Amino acid sequence: MSVGQLAGGRVPRAARHAARRDVLFIAAAAVMAVVVLVSLIGPFLAPYDPNQLYVGPVSGRPSAAHLLGTDDLGRDILSRMLAGSPTSVFAPVVVVILATSLGSVVAVVSAWFGGWVDAVLTRIIEVIFAIPGLVLAVLAVSMFGKGVIAPVIALSIAYLPVVSRLVRIGARTELGKPYMAALRIQGVGSLAICFRHLVPALLPAILAQAAIGFGYAMLDLAAISFLGLGAQPPSSDWGVMISSGQPSLLAGAPEQSVFPSLMVVLTVLAVNILGARVTEWAEAADR
Amino acid sequence: MSASTIRQLLGKLGALALTLFLSSVVIFSSILLTPGDPVAAIAGGRRPTPEMIEAIREAHHLDQPVWLQYLYWIGDVLRGDLGTSFLYKAPVVDLIAPRLGVTVLLVLYTIVLIVIFGIGSGILAARRGGAVDKTVLVATSVGVAMPTFVVAILLIWVFGRLLSWFPVYGAGEGLLDTLYHLTLPAISLAVLYIAYLSRITRSAIVAQQGAEHVDTAMVRGIPRGRIFRNHVFLNASPQILSISGATVAGLFAVSAIAEQAFGIGGIGSLLVEAAARKDLPVVQVLSLLLVALFVVLNAVIDVVVAVIDPDSAKSRRDA
Repeated sequence: MSVGQLAGGRVPRAARHAARRDVLFIAAAAVMAVVVLVSLIGPFLAPYDPNQLYVGPVSGRPSAAHLLGTDDLGRDILSRMLAGSPTSVFAPVVVVILATSLGSVVAVVSAWFGGWVDAVLTRIIEVIFAIPGLVLAVLAVSMFGKGVIAPVIALSIAYLPVVSRLVRIGARTELGKPYMAALRIQGVGSLAICFRHLVPALLPAILAQAAIGFGYAMLDLAAISFLGLGAQPPSSDWGVMISSGQPSLLAGAPEQSVFPSLMVVLTVLAVNILGARVTEWAEAADR
Repeated sequence: MSASTIRQLLGKLGALALTLFLSSVVIFSSILLTPGDPVAAIAGGRRPTPEMIEAIREAHHLDQPVWLQYLYWIGDVLRGDLGTSFLYKAPVVDLIAPRLGVTVLLVLYTIVLIVIFGIGSGILAARRGGAVDKTVLVATSVGVAMPTFVVAILLIWVFGRLLSWFPVYGAGEGLLDTLYHLTLPAISLAVLYIAYLSRITRSAIVAQQGAEHVDTAMVRGIPRGRIFRNHVFLNASPQILSISGATVAGLFAVSAIAEQAFGIGGIGSLLVEAAARKDLPVVQVLSLLLVALFVVLNAVIDVVVAVIDPDSAKSRRDA
């Protein structure tokens, strides 16, 4: 018998809602755990050599020997997806780490010093914001050539403004709170205030933003690979697999494109749910 | 228009000009930042012939100081001389002009879909609540994880192979046929933004529905439909516009993905092709065009929001 029934009423709506969201949260966390695990050890789990041609039939259906079928060159799709997972998952992670840490530093410096430092940094951020991520990535590719590295660096810069705007507002609010003044009056050093009090207070918001940023980075990087500017064949980055499977779609063999697409959508969906949850926690902690 | 509004507009215009100027400097400097000789960078990273080297040196004023090179470049671009592609052996303007129309049409088509279905489903979810609200919530959660290329793949599979209702390649001829051809590409671009706009619309309207002035209007016996139009939606619209505007302004860049997937010869696919071939003169001009479109569209949306709701513009400025 639940508490709600003991109290003689229905379970409160909010509680039921929270419980249901928890199921979603657990599912999302489980998906993410599997994705991270696969991207760490996936290449070793591959049942076939991912680049070996004609290990099975051309555009074969899923079968016991090839669980997700085979592609237009007779390569095992499951093995290719597993082999491609490190690039597909860790390239966005690098983007998020670079963008989040750099963006947070810019924001904290901006909020801390204010005045002309703030004005100059805000102007720079404004200019970066004016160049869409995809355009910056394309520009970087035409300068440094195709591959994963140029888009990763370009996107790390392109994502700076979103992080730094959010963190800057948070930092200014936090710095305006009475306890900050109290810390100063007590003679606590600037660096100590910054790293022991300001940054920890901002951390939940930064983490939430990082989770959402991972989703965007994954979509953008996969899109760039899909356009043929990112990871190059025979690499089995998911974006590359999706685009190289496009001709087979019309021949009635969707597996090569559709399975990696599902992985991208599932991963981004899971990370979005986690991000939303962390945002809720951050907001609840703020109240 | 009051003096402060005018001053505010002038300030915005100044900031806009500064942003455009600085981003054009960033785009220009890509030639300087490219590893190796600038002549090779302009020629597409290949070994140019002696005549080409001479032509490039002259066209890009490489014997002049860097800041003069920039001034020549931006001056030419502003006067409509977009330079020459040494890879395509054609003036850049001749490459862009025939491809611009189809991209503009595709983006407009996409915006129409986004506005109708995004705002529509958001309003539906907020007003009906219950099962409708939940269905929209689930659909939009999945929708915001559906990038253009995934939707394109699914559409090509379903419509190209299984149903054959819509063409999945090329842009067609004549307006109607072109629109018919652009339907699937527009859907593939729109899905993610429909989901995003739907969520923003829903939360903005739910926030307004709970406001005191809405209760007051109810008590006064104003018909529900009119309350919704005049008191709820109008008040929610600045938030809907300003948040979704920035995203929609980026459509011209994202259009490249749909163009590539559906084999449409627009400026997006030109940009991708030029980048793959390291044709910097073309990439620079297109980047500049896309950045200018993005910045100007954002500014226009800002002004529209300020006109609809002076208060929100003011409170944002103070934040």
